[in-house]
Amino acid sequence: MTQSAASLKRDDSTSFSVGGLLGLFALLALIIAGRTEDPLMEAHAWLFISLVAFGILALCFWAAGLADRNPFDPRQYEVTLVKWGVFTSMFWGVAGFLVGIIIALQLTWPTVFYFPELGWTNFGRLRPLHTSAVIFAFGGNVLLATSFYVVQRTCRTRLAGGMWPWFVFWGYNLFIVIAGTGYLMGITQSKEYAEPEWYADLWLTLVWVVYLLVFLGTLWKRKEPHIYVANWFYLSFIVTIAMLHIVNNLSIPVDWAGTKSVQLFAGVQDAMTQWWYAHNAVGFFLTTGFLAIMYYFIPKRVERPVYSYRLSIVHFWSLIFIYIWAGPHHLHYTALPQWAQTLGMTFSVMLWMPSWGGMINGLMTLSGAWDKLRTDPVVRMLVVSVAFYGMATFEGPMMSVRAVNALSHYTEWGIGHVHSGALGWVGFISFGALYCLAEWLWKRDGLYSKNLVEWHFWLATIGIVFYMVSMWFAGILEGLMWRAYNEYGFLEYAFVETVEAKHISYIIRAAGGGLYLIGALIMVYNLVMTALGRSPETTPRDAQEPASERPVLQAAE
Amino acid sequence: MGLLNNHGVFERHSLVLTIGILVVVSIGGIVQMAPLFYMENTIEKVTGMRPYTPLELAGRDIYIREGCYVCHSQMVRPLRDEVERYGHYSLAAESMYDHPFQWGSKRTGPDLARVGGKYSDAWQVEHLRDPRALVPESIMPPYAFLDDNLLRFHDIEDRLKAERAVGAPYTDDMIENAEAHLIAQADPDADYEDQDTLVAMYTEASGREGTVQFRDFDGDPSVITEMDAIVAYLQMTGSLVDFSTYEADDLSNRR
Repeated sequence: MTQSAASLKRDDSTSFSVGGLLGLFALLALIIAGRTEDPLMEAHAWLFISLVAFGILALCFWAAGLADRNPFDPRQYEVTLVKWGVFTSMFWGVAGFLVGIIIALQLTWPTVFYFPELGWTNFGRLRPLHTSAVIFAFGGNVLLATSFYVVQRTCRTRLAGGMWPWFVFWGYNLFIVIAGTGYLMGITQSKEYAEPEWYADLWLTLVWVVYLLVFLGTLWKRKEPHIYVANWFYLSFIVTIAMLHIVNNLSIPVDWAGTKSVQLFAGVQDAMTQWWYAHNAVGFFLTTGFLAIMYYFIPKRVERPVYSYRLSIVHFWSLIFIYIWAGPHHLHYTALPQWAQTLGMTFSVMLWMPSWGGMINGLMTLSGAWDKLRTDPVVRMLVVSVAFYGMATFEGPMMSVRAVNALSHYTEWGIGHVHSGALGWVGFISFGALYCLAEWLWKRDGLYSKNLVEWHFWLATIGIVFYMVSMWFAGILEGLMWRAYNEYGFLEYAFVETVEAKHISYIIRAAGGGLYLIGALIMVYNLVMTALGRSPETTPRDAQEPASERPVLQAAE
Repeated sequence: MGLLNNHGVFERHSLVLTIGILVVVSIGGIVQMAPLFYMENTIEKVTGMRPYTPLELAGRDIYIREGCYVCHSQMVRPLRDEVERYGHYSLAAESMYDHPFQWGSKRTGPDLARVGGKYSDAWQVEHLRDPRALVPESIMPPYAFLDDNLLRFHDIEDRLKAERAVGAPYTDDMIENAEAHLIAQADPDADYEDQDTLVAMYTEASGREGTVQFRDFDGDPSVITEMDAIVAYLQMTGSLVDFSTYEADDLSNRR
């Protein structure tokens, strides 16, 4: 092998190509800034130029400090990038939860939390900021960080592409900044979870294609004959999101130097495309991506193999096949033709099975290590997340039944449903993975504080319960009030009475969100202290009874 | 099971796995989406639909910009209580020129598919400025700043051209006169000729009298504000289709 010789030589080619590409885009942005008549586009162009210029500058300083060292030594894993991912995940998580609480408070006390002079703080602009911050910023950074970590370990090779993974990571975060600032300025194409306008979409497409190439490139040089199951899930997430993103964002800009675009499709076709996209953003961003985390971090943390290899195969293919059909359940009783609604409902109900297949595979991986639920709060977090996954994937098919949907659609029940999935499943599995990564990346014997993980776990769990129960109550209440008739055969309630009736639920919901945020802040403190290498506090039980010496329970038979 | 034993092919060849994934995730979308573009009974045949006037389109852009769709649906479902509360259930035809659609997914506020004509202009303006002045229990954000913002419409011609590029039936005359039409619709003292051509062109597109409303929408005739535009848009929602000639039970209109 000439690898050792190659590793000694410093290779700058990928750094130059990334730098060149950034320069090219900065130039393009400069041209747009120069000829645009749209003040919003001008703001975005300059924001883009300054951030890219900062990136190029950072790249130069970094390269100057390298001397002869090869920064992409193929004998070593790319660790620094994943460490960055842990930090950006924490940052975006806290930011996204905070915006969520602000908008929850706006709905609860509109006279206190709205500012007539500051239109950009209105619910309509902050709500996309919240959803994008938690899904794409927090969730996306967790997926980038974990996928870069997992694909290297399971392929036993360094990330492919040298500087390109760094381009993917920072390019993605640049997209987040453009998208988020855009919402505040009123730049949106109004398609839920696909609000960013055409130029941000194009940038994301570029970043995403490079992401796919980096991921595939790493798979191609793997030193294991087989591709590990977690990577199937990551790959399906990357490939499918690319497809969804491109098709749902087909649009024509009004002006090549302006922010506004018009969608290619209209009305019913646009609605079908949008909910095909949005439901599968849940399916492939928030499900298969995080199932990949489940398939790596749970077995690794509990030191047991995945429960069933065959179940993984069946689970994987049936899940990705069926998920894509489920979109029309968001359009029951709308002007979408009924055959499409029925297909959507049927596949949504079928989806329950592969979802629970995955849940069983994750939970049963603990066979023989159930005691870790008691001793390791990180394991508990991972396992409870899978339990929430099971709950949300039962509730979803139930709500997709037309008769149930007639009541639940348009109500807070939907909000409760997505948050049981988002806070419980996506949030907890991400927190679990971040705790693991902090220990593993910084090579610590344990976290700074296990007790703080306990606090995080219980605060967040209670927060989720507050959230779900209050929204179930509010949703079913308003759904029933909307359709209530009085004894004379007239509608019983004016719309605004149903708004008033939800006030107490809104207070409880905001409190639940607050507990969840406090939990996340505790996690940030814990992770930072762990990264800084403050000595792990050992509880007496750990000292007396290390897990490895405890009598191992037999597998649950 | 033999099939499962052959799974190694996918596990050893990343490109085979990638292509396999792409094929498997494409099927559902193609089956559900493609027929909607060519099946004729997807969109009902109705009288009255026309593209938005320039002012309505500008108002709709503000509706989108402010994120109204996150709390207000524009899709009345064919359920007894909804039809009684909001009016005739929404047809696919009613959003056939909506790029993008505004059906929404949540009713934190009421459905707006047929809010047009339900309240006076003055009510709409006052309610947008300070929702709680009219509805004390409301939790809607205040939009008083729409009153202060002059409507930017220097690019309204390009805006219509873009709509035409994706299929909205704007004629060359409509596009040429877009700016004049916009001013004429919001200003009662505008050039009568512009008002006449505005009404004539959009009535012809609609095939139905009375779908074009022109007046000073925001109560301040001296300027055209964003408030003018959004009220003009709100006041026309759901008012285009002639339901007196629409036969819901006709086989071709069954969903």
